[in-house]
This record gives sequence, C-alpha cells and structure tokens, in this order.
Amino acid sequence: MIRFLAAAFVTLALVGPAAAAGPPVQADLEAEIVCPTCKTTLDQSSSPIATRMKDYIRVHIAAGDSAAEIKAQLVEQFGPAVLAEPPKRGFDLLAWLLPLGALAVGVVVVAVLAWTWSRRRDGDGTAERTLDPDLERRVDEELARFDD
Amino acid sequence: MTGRAKTVGQGIAIAAVIGLLALLVWKLAFGDGQGAAGSLAKGENPVAPAFTLSRLDAADGKLSLSDLKGKAVVVNFWASWCIPCKDEAPALQKTYEQYGKQGLVVLGVDAQDFRQDAKRFVKRFGITYPVVYDGSGSTLGKWGVTGFPETFFVDRNGRLVGQRIQGGIDTERNRKAYDEGVRLALGEPT
Repeated sequence: MIRFLAAAFVTLALVGPAAAAGPPVQADLEAEIVCPTCKTTLDQSSSPIATRMKDYIRVHIAAGDSAAEIKAQLVEQFGPAVLAEPPKRGFDLLAWLLPLGALAVGVVVVAVLAWTWSRRRDGDGTAERTLDPDLERRVDEELARFDD
Repeated sequence: MTGRAKTVGQGIAIAAVIGLLALLVWKLAFGDGQGAAGSLAKGENPVAPAFTLSRLDAADGKLSLSDLKGKAVVVNFWASWCIPCKDEAPALQKTYEQYGKQGLVVLGVDAQDFRQDAKRFVKRFGITYPVVYDGSGSTLGKWGVTGFPETFFVDRNGRLVGQRIQGGIDTERNRKAYDEGVRLALGEPT
C-alpha cells in the first residue's frame, strides 16, 4: 500500500508540471480572468466585453501563446484587476499572506485561551472548598432527614 | 486569563468595532459616492476630475485634461463594444468640427476596451478629435461613470457644467441636454 501511494505521489509530481506546461485551456483561463465591466469571471459573464475577451483568449491559445502570456497581455490592456487571483509577488503578495497570518494568529489565540481555561478548570477541581459551619450543619441535617 | 488581560482584550475589541464604524461613517459622509456626476446632479459645478492618459493614436503620447485648460471640453466616455457609442460617434465628430473654431474640443475616453478595437472604431467612424485610452477604467469612479456612453461638459475654467448625459447624445431624450451642455461649456447664454 505504501509503495502504491509513493508511486502515485511520484507520478503526480512528474506529470503535474508537465500538464501545467501544456497548452492553456480556454475554460481555465475564463475562470481566472475577470470581466472589467461586470466584475465576475469571464465564464460567468456574457457581457459584450466578456465575449470579446473570450474570443481574444481563443485566438491567442490557437496562436500558441501560454496562459502566462495571455494573462500578461490582458493585464497590459485592462490592468491587474483583470486577474481573479492577485499575483504572488510584490505588494499583491500581501493578499495571500495576510489571511494566512490572521489564521496563524487565530490558532495561537485559541490555543492560549484553551490552555488557560483548562488550567483554571484544573485548579478549580483540586481546590478544597470550605462551607460555612452553620451551612454545613444544615446540609448534614437535611441529608440525615432525607436518609430517614 | 487574568482580569486585566480580559479587560485589555475587551478594550481592543471595542476599539476595533468603533474604528470600523468610524470608517463606515466617514465613507458615507465624505466618500466619492457617485463621483463628479453625483455633485453635478446636486446642482454643483465641481472641478472636472483630472487625468493623464495615453493617446490612442500615439503609443507614447499622453494627454492630460489640464492640457485643454481655457477650452470648452466635451468629455465622452465610450467603448468600441458599446452599440449606442457607434450611433453617437458621427454626432460627436460633427460637434468637434462645428465648434472647434470657438475653442471647443471633444475628448473621447475609451475605457475597458482593447486598444486595437478602439483604433479600428476611430478609423471606421472617421474620428479626428483626440481620444485617450483608459483600459483599466481608472477614471470612471472619479467621474461617476456607470455605463457607456456617458458625456460631460467642462467649461473654460475647468468646471463641470450642464448635465451628465447617460446614453447616446443623438437620442431624442438627450439631444436638448446635449445642446445646452455645449452652450454652457462655451460660455454662451442658454
């Protein structure tokens, strides 16, 4: 079983980059490019400019351009907001790092709170509670009467 | 958690909520909202939002609105894929030819469009007035443009006058407002 998983992992590791280097897929690019007028990805828009952009992508795929080249051409025409995902470099990298940072901070906060609460609960459980003597006497009387 | 840490945490949370509320109020009170078009609709005459964009007919040439200071300017936002833009193009060209000697310039702003498509459009309709290219639509928010075509009138002092025209200028609905806008931009009595 372990051998099979290892073989599958190695195969994926080798085939993955090879597949990514192949010709771009129209549907993939349409899902990664935003229509500038309607602010949805091209695959969800039928506006005139979205239709025109789909045609542009089709023509440039046929011409042999890579996905990165087509995206770069569209960014040159319409600006970086045309990309559904911000680039993973420069200032835009913050869009990727900030949520991860926030998640890490959240995990640390929850861990610290859980640790603190569990310690306090332990402390509460081990502490010896003392009752007021008068109250203790009354409790004993009530329990004795209850037993009778 | 100690009582002091709890108080500090609560203080930070309350401060964050107050900060976000303050941002919301500030945005509602002073935010761009509908841009210059919003001010115009309230009867104000705001200064036309400045821009510097590349000229469509010259890859390295730039044109700023401030370059046209002292002239009356008809600013027309359009795109080659917009049908009413095609219908109104001849009327805009006619305005440019008719009032050019009086110091009026029609300035086309091609936005959210392919540069090549826009060039073909200009050639097809024989447009000779200056056209700038704003592929990303960076000017639209400041002007309050919500669709294409839209037309604004800038007087010789650089202030917006008349009405913002949404839709083709050659339509029956807009023709009167367009003619009035041209006159106001030129400083003629209406």
